[in-house]
Amino acid sequence: MTPPRKKKMNLKQRYALMTRGLDWETSYQKMDDVFPYDTFEGIKITDWSKWEDPFRLTMDAYWKYQGEKERKLYAVLDSFAQNNGQLGISDARYVNAIKLFLTGVTPLEYQAHRHFAHLGRHIRGAGPRVAAQMQSLDELRHAQTQIHTISHYNKYFDGFAEFPHMHDRVWYLSVPKSFFDDACTAGPFEFFTAISFAFEYVLTNLLFVPFMSGAAYNGDLATVTFGFSAQSDEARHMTLGIEVIKFMLEQHPDNLPIVQKWVDKWFWRGHKMLGLVAMMMDYMLPKRIMSWKEAWEIYFTEAGGALFEDLSRYGLRVPKYADIATEEAEHISHQNWAIFYQYTQAAGFHTWLPTDEEMAWLSEKYPNTFDKYYRPRFEMWREMEAKGERFYNNALPQLCQTCQIPMGYTEPGDPTKIGFRSTEYKGERYHFCSDGCKDIFENEPEKFAQAWLPVHQIFQGNCGGADLGDVLKWYRMDNGTDNLDYSGSPDQQQWDAWQAARKKVAG
Amino acid sequence: MSIDIKTMNVEPKRHTFAHVARRLGSDAPASRYEEGVYDLQATTHFHYRPLWGPEHWHFDEGRTQIKMSDWYKFKDPRQYYYGTYTIARANMHQTTDRNFAFEEKREMLANIEPEWRQMIVNYLIPLRHYEWGANMNACSISDAGYGTAITSAAIFTAGDRLGIAQILSRIGISLGNGTGDLLDDAKAQWMDGEAWQGLRKSVEDSLVVKDWFEVLVAQFLVMDGLIYPLVYNHFDSEGQKHGAAAISILCEFMVDWNTEHNRWVDAVIKVAAKESEENQALLSNWYGEWRDEIHKALQPLAAMVLGDGADSALADVKEQLDKRAGKLGLNL
Repeated sequence: MTPPRKKKMNLKQRYALMTRGLDWETSYQKMDDVFPYDTFEGIKITDWSKWEDPFRLTMDAYWKYQGEKERKLYAVLDSFAQNNGQLGISDARYVNAIKLFLTGVTPLEYQAHRHFAHLGRHIRGAGPRVAAQMQSLDELRHAQTQIHTISHYNKYFDGFAEFPHMHDRVWYLSVPKSFFDDACTAGPFEFFTAISFAFEYVLTNLLFVPFMSGAAYNGDLATVTFGFSAQSDEARHMTLGIEVIKFMLEQHPDNLPIVQKWVDKWFWRGHKMLGLVAMMMDYMLPKRIMSWKEAWEIYFTEAGGALFEDLSRYGLRVPKYADIATEEAEHISHQNWAIFYQYTQAAGFHTWLPTDEEMAWLSEKYPNTFDKYYRPRFEMWREMEAKGERFYNNALPQLCQTCQIPMGYTEPGDPTKIGFRSTEYKGERYHFCSDGCKDIFENEPEKFAQAWLPVHQIFQGNCGGADLGDVLKWYRMDNGTDNLDYSGSPDQQQWDAWQAARKKVAG
Repeated sequence: MSIDIKTMNVEPKRHTFAHVARRLGSDAPASRYEEGVYDLQATTHFHYRPLWGPEHWHFDEGRTQIKMSDWYKFKDPRQYYYGTYTIARANMHQTTDRNFAFEEKREMLANIEPEWRQMIVNYLIPLRHYEWGANMNACSISDAGYGTAITSAAIFTAGDRLGIAQILSRIGISLGNGTGDLLDDAKAQWMDGEAWQGLRKSVEDSLVVKDWFEVLVAQFLVMDGLIYPLVYNHFDSEGQKHGAAAISILCEFMVDWNTEHNRWVDAVIKVAAKESEENQALLSNWYGEWRDEIHKALQPLAAMVLGDGADSALADVKEQLDKRAGKLGLNL
């Protein structure tokens, strides 16, 4: 005979039994051998049971929700392909934004899958381990759904076909790659701080909103559907990020200076990498959402400000150089687009000069800087183009040892002067674009001295040869197809032909 | 009347990504599995050595002694990418939910003889910890493995093992009338019960193995290859004699999952063994060592459940596994 069923446990108790209840303290092998990586960074965890699960999803619920989202997403992707959705975008220039996304961001989603699996195995607390495992699955989802979303564009446009090969080699793609390599080669708590907190919590809206809203504004139904579908995953990732930071800070006062240093580092790393997104927003979207400067004000200055005010009760302060980054939000997109314009011959997407209308928009959005510092340069380049003397920079640029971006950024407070910093380490001189990047190097010189700097590698003869043609071949970048200006590109010719055909069909 | 929908005919420039076309041998339309898996992992020009282990890059072929000319030979026969994986598991688990509802409605757990009820707490519910160990090993493979074909399938397996541990927990909670009391009892078995110490030691030993391919052999081929048929076949049959039909129904997920999982495991082992004599020797050696150890470790557990029938059941699962390993190209 069965005794009457007792009152059910509450969700929290039940979830704890379903996750951390599975864990045990090993005795045939030492816990430190089973979990060899979670102590060397000096983060002190006195009581893992204090971990508050940021979300409570058992695997069956995970499969159910995620499977349902996948069904819906792939239905849209199928329909997009069947109906030639690429014909509905605002302009073929838009496609270059997603070329940057597939070559620069998608491989990072894969790296995130791998490293969350690393955390899902190697963090001693079972609660965060389960959360990390789900994120590892999610990140794999994002990599694969991005590929499947963009797969259709690859069939009709150039610049996508060799994305993994390019990610491992092309000069500007070493910026996002080294960013993520840096995080994955760090200890588990630094990775959590770098990716879950600094990136996914503090800065994510500056990556996600621009690309996904950009897709929505520019008629890219496939990418925007992916974006909506990924949103609830991102919400989980954000709650993990904030929980990790609070947990570390609550566990031991000695953790604060370590965490603060990581927050400073990863804020600056993120700011520099997001400069590519800034350029995409201000220059590459035929229909613009908002300026980078506006996005920065909303998502960093306001939202980030409130966040750090909240975290100040733990002693955590606003990241170092946040004021400089805010000042740079007036400049970074213009400076980056200028770099790509000059080096269009070695870029895996097309470039162009802003039209009059677009320059008027930039003037309006950047009243302090655009007309004064950047419009004259673009107008000069436009005149040169008109004379058949389109400007190409044929000298290889010096790269910052930390962020790996060509040293084209100006001094804080003086937008007419290029900033240079340098330091010496073991008899060698290393160069930086900024104080932020120099500080990061000086905190970990043995790490950053190892960087695979694309320009150095070209000079050392490791990139297929000495001239541009050799390097492009090594990049598997088809000269005249994947690179150079949009104007005259096969992408443009095809788009124009489609537009003409549509007019004909429409009668 | 026929309706002529006017459309524009637009011709694609290519049918798939260049790296996928190279693998397929031509620019043919590729499957979502192929596009979502092939060559996704970075392979070269890494920037920094890991602070947590500078002897390797974070993605490094040298994390196992197994050598492959191409790590994408490990194609998943199930063709799982994230979408097909989650949809397949959501469907499987729908059946599990129905089974739990069916059991509850008919109060089938009440039909189990009281002594056998205790036996279930002693033999079945502690397996949630075994599954958690398997989950950790699957994560290790996804972490340290090389190439997306392996790492994606491994993280799916990690999710599977957590899911199975949670089904076992649900059975324990149901048996315990909605409380976690029996989960505590089962954990005490896992930690201190004599029948479990051999297996717990083997699981803990597997958690410190550095070579991820050895982990794959130890966990997925040997441990699972002996434990699943022993528990879900031999132990379960024994339970039938004691009114435990409900347990068979509630464990249906595990039985179905194991059949499917073995298809992937077999494909991986077969391809690795076929690659070279060196691989074959390594795999055979790992197989032999782990099989002997696990076989021995399972004896007290089998004896507890099956009594005199233990030896023949263990001999049977060992014979079946040897046969399977032989077919996969291992030397026994």
